Amino acid sequence: MRLPDKTTTMEQAIAAIPDGATIMLGGFGVPGTPFLMIQELVRQNKRDLTIIKNDANETGMGVDHLLVAGCVRRLITTHLGLNANAIRLMNEGAIEVEFCAQGMLAERIRAGGAGLKGVVTDIGIDTEMGAGKQRIEIGGEVAMIETALRAGVALLHAARADTFGNLRFAATARNFSPLMAMAADTVIVEAEEIVPPGDIAPDDVHTPGPFVDHVVHVPQLSGEYAVVRR
Amino acid sequence: MSDAKSRMIARAARDIAPGMTVNLGIGLPTQVVNHLPANFPVCLHTENGLTGIGPTLPPDAADRNLIDAGGAYVSTVPGSAFFDSATSFALVRSGRLDLTMLGAFEVAENGDLANWKIPGKFSPGAGGGMELAQKARRVAVLTTHTDRAGNPKLLTRCTLPLTAAACVDRIFTDMAVIDVTPAGFALRELAQGVTVADVRHATGAPLHIPGDAIPIF
Repeated sequence: MRLPDKTTTMEQAIAAIPDGATIMLGGFGVPGTPFLMIQELVRQNKRDLTIIKNDANETGMGVDHLLVAGCVRRLITTHLGLNANAIRLMNEGAIEVEFCAQGMLAERIRAGGAGLKGVVTDIGIDTEMGAGKQRIEIGGEVAMIETALRAGVALLHAARADTFGNLRFAATARNFSPLMAMAADTVIVEAEEIVPPGDIAPDDVHTPGPFVDHVVHVPQLSGEYAVVRR
Repeated sequence: MSDAKSRMIARAARDIAPGMTVNLGIGLPTQVVNHLPANFPVCLHTENGLTGIGPTLPPDAADRNLIDAGGAYVSTVPGSAFFDSATSFALVRSGRLDLTMLGAFEVAENGDLANWKIPGKFSPGAGGGMELAQKARRVAVLTTHTDRAGNPKLLTRCTLPLTAAACVDRIFTDMAVIDVTPAGFALRELAQGVTVADVRHATGAPLHIPGDAIPIF
């Protein structure tokens, strides 16, 4: 018995994403952002996308290319502080933005990945972030329901993948990726290194292969992955 | 940076006790780490998935995959751990974070904190700030006592959208150390060269003054 080979080309993997798709993007700042797959989304001129990502990268990088190219209708995120362009588009009404508390974004995605309908929490309950959310009394306390998030597609960047899709992430590039890997109908991974099954020891796997649909090798990273000199 | 700001940051560092797990927010709080003694036993946490933050690195020495939540290139120390975002906030919400130090636009006398949104001017989203403010076991604020126009930032009630209600325990400013108590703001310490009258004048809420001598920092 051997585990299936899920390697494919980036062009093919991205071509299957329809306009109007909801796409989760891994990454917190530069680490973990799948810059090359984002560029391919722009190149293939996807439209009307809903993007779920912790942040919108910085002006001129990553998610910002999608915004500039007019690919995005809606953005679910936690913080746009490093992307003045994203804030401007939000203020002009060119994109719709839903802000989440960062840990709640993680839990909403994890819940979606775990087949749950939502999360019961008190985070933000006394703030405008809690406005309009369904309240529930539990254990004698008032909490609110944060709905689970799923996506049609998750695009993730891994340091290392085997051909079956077992993944390892590097340092703080892990962030939302293992959660998003569980919460999308189709999970596409770009990996800096692709190895045969077994080369990542079972105890060393961060995301198990069955969550992953397609693995794309990116031997040459673009400049966007490099250390940012501010 | 002014001497007063440096002294404020150095004073805040003295509130970090050995053995704590601490999250230092973006901006002034991040600099508190520079005032901890070498080999001080503390575990620093950052929301993007690291405990055991080591020194900040210049671009030439940086690892492209290793940043803190503010985007600064940092390093690890022996015993550091990386984890995903759900684990990172489980650490915050479950009470494992002994202390967080955060910036502020406004703090109210009941401990309400506003530090994420100025409607119409600044609305980048709160990031992980709400969870830090609401769930860290102890919340300290580092801020200038007044804004750039000289208006007080310590108020009877916040006018800006809240980050979290009744969450702040202590405020370090360039003028004073002030605790949030059930009776409101209580002056604990004064910065060098600052008088009680100065602090009262710069504070937009009643200030309780202790009967005994006030330490200077």
